Amino acid sequence: MKKLFSLFATFFKIGLFTFGGGYAMLSLIQSETVTKKGWLSGDELLNIIAISESTPGPISINCATYIGYKRAGFFGSLFATLGVVMPSFIIIFIISFFIEEFLKIQLVFNAFKGIQAAVAVLIIRAGFKMSKNVKKDVMSIGILAVALIITVTLNFVTFNLSSIYLIIAGGVAGFIYYGLIKKGIKQPDKAADKTEDIISVSNAVEETTFENAPQVPENDQKEDDK
Amino acid sequence: MIYLELFWTFFKIGLFTFGGGYGMIPLIQQEVGAKNWITSDMVSNFIGISETTPGPIAINMATFVGSTVGNGAGSAFLGALAATLGVVLPSFIIIIIIAALLKNFMENKVVAKVIMGIKPVVVGLILATGILLIYQNLAKEEFDVISLILMIIIGAAAFTYKKITKKDLSPIIMILVSAGLGMLAYSIF
Repeated sequence: MKKLFSLFATFFKIGLFTFGGGYAMLSLIQSETVTKKGWLSGDELLNIIAISESTPGPISINCATYIGYKRAGFFGSLFATLGVVMPSFIIIFIISFFIEEFLKIQLVFNAFKGIQAAVAVLIIRAGFKMSKNVKKDVMSIGILAVALIITVTLNFVTFNLSSIYLIIAGGVAGFIYYGLIKKGIKQPDKAADKTEDIISVSNAVEETTFENAPQVPENDQKEDDK
Repeated sequence: MIYLELFWTFFKIGLFTFGGGYGMIPLIQQEVGAKNWITSDMVSNFIGISETTPGPIAINMATFVGSTVGNGAGSAFLGALAATLGVVLPSFIIIIIIAALLKNFMENKVVAKVIMGIKPVVVGLILATGILLIYQNLAKEEFDVISLILMIIIGAAAFTYKKITKKDLSPIIMILVSAGLGMLAYSIF
């Protein structure tokens, strides 16, 4: 019970003191759960971050659920996730009642027109930042361009195609191209080694952790230096 | 039943969001826009608010849309609850399965390849959303010159700051400054 409350309280604090979500949250998650509480090692956190990036959903939720589960099973997950969600939920729920009225004030309305300009810039910036994680080959850049052009074009002809289909198509294309075609050219025998791969997992997990995740902790360090 | 629809819509959004909060914005714009739940300008306003209030953007957006839509249908709280639960649940379930059963998830080659294909789509969607937002900001009843100037100022400031300090200019500062500038510029002109 104490464990569960501690999970809830810690993630409530993390939810309450991070602005901008996701990656901004990682440095606080690190300092609270790794440094202060010693709930998990830095390596484990890197592994969780790598998993979060390969699974859908908000990174903060993924981290809370995973760490909660490792600490105290299903109920650990539940309390940690509840903790990280609660502050946003309460604050935004309250704001949502005032925002429409608030926007009727001309000065506030003008301020929000300014904010809309900043939001466009923020989104473009996020896009460019994330593009650094995209593989620099013809296939990936092609997929990126196609997704971009389709989305913009369809918006102007007011045809509504859910981006979900584009995401699914991208996943299928990635699997076919990187999984089957490229693999077929380079290492034709690899597919047969599946069982062996699984056996040697424990060593390999450590390697992947270091290979896949270093860009995140680098950012973390920068945040910490501030 | 509107609450069920909110839950299901945000469940889908949660299930197909890769790469954190910004990866979710194209989906929210589309799914919520298609249902005429809230205007595109309002989504933009709320991204601004989400950036300046604590918590994950995804949760903020879900709670906000849920509360607004629910309010129109009778209960803002139920709406907010349905949407927030919807957006959290896919992650929650998937991560528990991975934590409990799939110790070697990261070693799964199929997952890795699929993600390699999804990443560029998400970046394409985010950039497209940015382009559409710029268009939306400019194409009002008459061309919005002030917005153009504001976007250039903020964009240049963020770019210069990054070049000099090697750090990202904080979104909170960008939003607060642009709110001040917007208040000033739109009130005067």
